[in-house]
Amino acid sequence: MKINLNNTFEVFSPESMTVSELLKVKNFTFRMLIIKINGSLVKKTEYETTRISDGDEVHVLHLISGG
Amino acid sequence: MTFEEIKEKLAHKRVGIAGCGGLGSNCAVALARVGIGTLVIVDFDVISESNLNRQYFFFDQIGLKKVLALKENIGRINPMVKVYSSDVKLVPDNIALLFNGCDVIVEAFDQSDQKEMFIETVLADLPSIPLVIGLGMAGWGRNESIHCRKIDNLYICGDEVSEIGPDMPPIAPRVGMVSNMQANVVLEILLGIQ
Repeated sequence: MKINLNNTFEVFSPESMTVSELLKVKNFTFRMLIIKINGSLVKKTEYETTRISDGDEVHVLHLISGG
Repeated sequence: MTFEEIKEKLAHKRVGIAGCGGLGSNCAVALARVGIGTLVIVDFDVISESNLNRQYFFFDQIGLKKVLALKENIGRINPMVKVYSSDVKLVPDNIALLFNGCDVIVEAFDQSDQKEMFIETVLADLPSIPLVIGLGMAGWGRNESIHCRKIDNLYICGDEVSEIGPDMPPIAPRVGMVSNMQANVVLEILLGIQ
């Protein structure tokens, strides 16, 4: 599948994968994240069950402390 | 638009600010100076001496509740601003209740787990309200790394990399830059792009 991940097109060999699988493959190890797929929020409790497939636009925002 | 026209437009607008620390206190003051109609400020913390390196409070306010001290400071700058202050801890169950009706919401927390909780809740419960967050402003220098970008209705201000740590404290200049950048994005949302 080919997806738009954080404004860059990337190709992955599976035809689809869960959000958790994507985070693992990309080595996104931050604990605090905001994830949106095609404009919709994916809640933390839905990472295991929400699937990403070809053509999806995915934003993974890493939250860091400070303010 | 003249300043009089700007004030007239802003007088009917309501902005919610979640957290009254480095980002929230400075952002609130910037919006008060330009004549925002209503500010909804929420924080449960009290002012400590260590806050004064970046937060819009004074030495003689140490020990006061942040929301009450900020309301007083805003009143001294621009008494025309209506300030609704809530001395509560924001949790998923009270966020929609407190910020419903705001034209824009500003995320101004310190800790990343609080940021995540707040952003996730606003995007889920108040999806039509623009949300302006502060992300990455510890340390000093590196002006050029601070930026603003947008994902749908979510506006991100900061350098997105400088996390606080023992050798990376949040201090006035960069925290002030990001908080004023957040206020500037709020104006762009409320007044339109210039």
